[in-house]
Amino acid sequence: MEFLNSFILITNYIIIPGLTYGSQLALGALGITIVYTVLRFSNFAHGEFMSFGTMSTILLTWALIDSNIKFGTFPTAIIVLPFSIIFTIIYCLLVDKFVFKFYRQQKSKSVIALIVSIGVMFFTGGLIRFIIGPGDKNFMDGERFILKAKDFKMLTGLDEGLTIKSTQGVTIILTILLVIILFWFLNKTKTGKSMRAYSDNQELALLSGINPERIVLITWIITGTLACVAGTLYGLDKSYKPFTYLHLVLPIFAAAIVGGVGNPIGAIIGGFVISFSELLITFAYKKFFFYILPDNFLPDGLLQILSTDYKIAVSFIILVLVLLIKPTGIYKGKIIE
Amino acid sequence: MKKNLLPVVLIAGLIVVGIFLYIQDSTKTDKVADKNIKIGIILGFTGPIESLAPVMAKSAELAIDEVNKSGELFDGSSQVTAVRADSTCVDAAAAQAAAERLITSDKINAIMGADCSGVTTAVLKNVAMPNGVLMISPSATSPALSTEPDNDLFFRTAPSDARQGEVIADLLMEKGFKSAALTHTNNDYGKGLAASIKKNYEAKGGKITITASHEDGKGDYSSEVAALAQASGDILIVAGYLDQGGKGIIQASLDADAFNKFFLPDGMIGDSLPKAIGPALNGSIGSVPGTDSPGNAKYAELAKAAGFESGPYGPESYDAAALIMLAMQAANSTDSNVFKDNIMDIANAPGEKIFPGELGKAIKLIKEGKDIDYVGATALELVGSGESAGSFAEILIDNQKTNKVGYR
Repeated sequence: MEFLNSFILITNYIIIPGLTYGSQLALGALGITIVYTVLRFSNFAHGEFMSFGTMSTILLTWALIDSNIKFGTFPTAIIVLPFSIIFTIIYCLLVDKFVFKFYRQQKSKSVIALIVSIGVMFFTGGLIRFIIGPGDKNFMDGERFILKAKDFKMLTGLDEGLTIKSTQGVTIILTILLVIILFWFLNKTKTGKSMRAYSDNQELALLSGINPERIVLITWIITGTLACVAGTLYGLDKSYKPFTYLHLVLPIFAAAIVGGVGNPIGAIIGGFVISFSELLITFAYKKFFFYILPDNFLPDGLLQILSTDYKIAVSFIILVLVLLIKPTGIYKGKIIE
Repeated sequence: MKKNLLPVVLIAGLIVVGIFLYIQDSTKTDKVADKNIKIGIILGFTGPIESLAPVMAKSAELAIDEVNKSGELFDGSSQVTAVRADSTCVDAAAAQAAAERLITSDKINAIMGADCSGVTTAVLKNVAMPNGVLMISPSATSPALSTEPDNDLFFRTAPSDARQGEVIADLLMEKGFKSAALTHTNNDYGKGLAASIKKNYEAKGGKITITASHEDGKGDYSSEVAALAQASGDILIVAGYLDQGGKGIIQASLDADAFNKFFLPDGMIGDSLPKAIGPALNGSIGSVPGTDSPGNAKYAELAKAAGFESGPYGPESYDAAALIMLAMQAANSTDSNVFKDNIMDIANAPGEKIFPGELGKAIKLIKEGKDIDYVGATALELVGSGESAGSFAEILIDNQKTNKVGYR
């Protein structure tokens, strides 16, 4: 019984939030990794692309709610997701046509493209705040919970409650689906294979008749899709405010680098490593040990390694450690030049 | 030769300045019952509270106009004028320069201001005290100002956050909350209020299980809530802002079923919060400065007649300006160092109660040698080193609205 309570406690406060946050980071890191391998630059604008996707979702959701179209207990935002994905892809392609294409044709160094992407980041951030405003936006409707803590306690008779929000469920399921589709596409389809060929050796791919503009188009379609889904899920689960997406770029990059840049599996692993280390290090273990230790062994303090104020520092520290010890990341990726 | 010149010039300069200051000082003490009285209004007309400052200044000028119209002050020919200056609320250097200008070139007799705690402390320490000019702040609430050395030149018509801590501790104990988790926004307001709540609550036998700060403007507060939840407690005190981190903390606590009762200090009170959170917030309690005294309604009427709506810290500003003028009359002097001793007598019992709109009558009473008790727009009662005892309204969130259910 005591052991079960401590297990539920950890599940409620670490495992489920960690899986959710990790999934959101993993989707973001996948977008960065794919741009990096195919287009060969670190795309700092990715956080704002996520924000742009979320903004499209919010505007569409509001339009549907205003015209009184509802989907029962299911969040409207997920229904409109395909349409906002299209908007995000169009935006990515426009940015590519007017900005990145020029530097690609110039064969600019990747560091120049990186700086350009920072410019795109600020422009996109400004555009978003211009359209939707800088404030908090709520676009979650439908049923909030899959499992409520009170119901769980009643059902099992345990002291600790377990909450599963519907947004957490949706996030995890959607991430799994998207990742399966992505890997199938990269490994099984002809287009996916030509993409990988292009990223491995550009000249050789060109000689074998692969059309580079088509590869670039597909890359942005994938990136736009991942960005829009990751952004919407994050905004749905937490809250949408344009400025928070600016801060999200750091843990996402950390995830991509920790996992090994250029390696899709690495990006996913990296996302979960970052999310779980943030949670595990800032969690207070007092109650956990209260359940599993005998009374007289129980310490007085909260048993917290770092205060939650340092949460963002955790991803920084991991990033620095990985760059120092194993610059290629957990799964052997490329070294960012 | 050249080397020796500089110290000589410096010393000569110092002597000249010294003589100048001495003469100025000696003229100051002669200022008994001047005909032209000037009150400096130093408020943050630009900066973070620029939306509040105009109403505050107008309120102070409302009291000044009232006294001028009554024609009672001193021999009746005295006129009070207001001189405005910008405190910026955040830039101490700019506020000091503004105050310096008012004192040296406008020759003001007293200051109504400043507003934010930081600049108020700077102006008091570096300008008002050295020049011997009295200050009454309508809105500086930092507990640190209570112990700041002031030569009895500093007063405030706003309650210290230390007082709110007391009120909150009382309320919590009365409602039977014996242990509480405490989270505060990571700035001077949040830290000061949290320290005061903790001190008072623990003195009354309550137990604060954890004090954790939170940053405003983040997307996700679930890990902050996780730490708070592990410490547990009967109630969560959220000393933050209602449209910032405070709201995020409450939402995340409800989602994780970590807490279901919340205490909301003044920064969290507003109808937008219960509207955003929904029925889950019903039954939570809070506190906000406020009074049900008739003075407040009278002030609001006067403000309307003068063409503006009452706003936050408007009543406090009216009271601050009124106190300055009444004390001058009571001391029969416009010298800060003289009438500073009369402020407490005027503000507190015994005596005839004075409400807004009765300043002329008050001056007449003082001239007749009668005692007055200035109640004003905020039911003013000065305690300690000269700060408002502070009336607080007790808030109960019910039916998705903030309701004032009592005063203390």
